[in-house]
Amino acid sequence: MNDCIRTSIRGFMSRSFEGREVADHDNIFALGFGNSLFAIQLVAYIEREFDIEIESEDLEMENFQSIDAVTALVGRKREA
Amino acid sequence: MTPALESYAEHAAAMRVFADEHIVPFAHRIDQEQQIPREVVERMREAGLFASGFPERLGGTPGSKADPVSATVRHGMIHEALGRASPSVQGLLNVHHMGGSAILRWGTQAQKGEWGQRLSSGEVIAAFAITEPEVGSDASAIQTTAVPVGDGWEVSGTKTWITCGQSADIFVMLTQSERGPLAVILPRDTPGLRIEPILGILGCRGYMLATLYMERCAVPPERVLGQPGFGLSHVVAEGLDNGRHNLAWGCVGLGQACLDASLHHAAQREQFGGPIGEFGQIQRLLARMMTDVHAARLVCWSAAVARGRRDPSAVQESFMAKYLASTMTNRVAADAVQVHGASGVGPGSPVETAFRDARIMELIEGTTQIVERAIARFGLQGR
Ligand SMILES: Cc1cc2nc3c(=O)[nH]c(=O)nc-3n(C[C@H](O)[C@H](O)[C@H](O)COP(=O)(O)OP(=O)(O)OC[C@H]3O[C@@H](n4cnc5c(N)ncnc54)[C@H](O)[C@@H]3O)c2cc1C
Repeated sequence: MNDCIRTSIRGFMSRSFEGREVADHDNIFALGFGNSLFAIQLVAYIEREFDIEIESEDLEMENFQSIDAVTALVGRKREA
Repeated sequence: MTPALESYAEHAAAMRVFADEHIVPFAHRIDQEQQIPREVVERMREAGLFASGFPERLGGTPGSKADPVSATVRHGMIHEALGRASPSVQGLLNVHHMGGSAILRWGTQAQKGEWGQRLSSGEVIAAFAITEPEVGSDASAIQTTAVPVGDGWEVSGTKTWITCGQSADIFVMLTQSERGPLAVILPRDTPGLRIEPILGILGCRGYMLATLYMERCAVPPERVLGQPGFGLSHVVAEGLDNGRHNLAWGCVGLGQACLDASLHHAAQREQFGGPIGEFGQIQRLLARMMTDVHAARLVCWSAAVARGRRDPSAVQESFMAKYLASTMTNRVAADAVQVHGASGVGPGSPVETAFRDARIMELIEGTTQIVERAIARFGLQGR
């Protein structure tokens, strides 16, 4: 299941990052991609795509800093 | 199936009637006295306008959960009706929704419980404070600080050009902390907060603007919104995204007001033995205005549908709607003055006020240049 999530998030990120390759563990903030336009699109995307709700408590850098991190967050929220 | 724009005609008409009855009669006074009378706010409360756009379970408009697309289009139409009647009143509802949506989207359950019903009923009016004397477009560079003290924070700095700064009950405020951008809720009665009105601006003179001076204002943990570091990218971004959408619809309303006045004037005013509306050059102005207003409304509708569906493209669509509608309303207001001749610049002329109000629209919720930059960047994504 997490593989599907990962593929989908990877696709969204690569579309958002002007085609630049980002590895699953790369820190997207360190690469300079974590701007606010991207951030709210990402939240909208994962909420809609995976039918989950990102809440205040989920706003931790560790949850959003890489493809790996977002995949894990979505996986946890879907299990909850 | 997405309902067509025409299917909302009844709601649009009802909003128009409300605005004609309860806001239009005050519009000139609002511009002159630079204040929105209490009775206008009271009528808006009674009509449930403050609830629009908020989650239904927190007091938002009934029915919005079952049909979020229609609810979002109707929400836009409220802003259109207010923009047509008085852009200042639209501004009040807009900043309330910007601040309120940031709280109700990113607040904790306890914060949602504390503020939801009060924001939705309009008992508490919110405003949104980012801009500072030295920082406008580049919100990431703000200088207002939040310093950890005990289990809370202490906020010091200055915010300026804050719509409804003179009247709002709470401010959603962006600060800078050692852990990155931090958004907080600052109630108006916070010790250390001093509020100074800004008077005599060009347009939207009923915005009730103010400068806020914060001197070691205590912010307990329950007034922090979201987590430190996410204040700009998520909390404030939520409000700004809503603000662009609301303002776009407000601009359509302002454009419509200019168009209505121009059509009326062109049919009534006679020169050279006939109505000026029969002159080809005036007709060209009218045709351009009609088409411009219609196009902007359709782009707003499209953005509203995307928002209602929670489509990630909604952010981009709202930028485009704001861009098109705010530039449109400036063209249309200028053309309306031209169609009116001297009577379009005279004291007390609604077109004169609209011309001044329109100018503000290209500055707020992102200047035209900042909005252009964002739209182009969306276009370049994935290239
Ligand atoms: C009536 C009114 C109400 C307002 N209400 C609020 C409110 O409620 N809350 C709040 O926080 N703020 C509010 N503001 C402030 C508003 O958000 C700012 O005015 C706006 O963000 C622009 O900032 P600035 O005026 O400092 O202009 P600056 O950022 O100094 O820009 C000056 C000029 O440079 C251009 N520019 C800047 N950066 C770039 C760039 N990278 N590329 C190209 N051009 C650029 C701008 O487009 C503009 O033309 C309000 C302003 C007004 C006039």
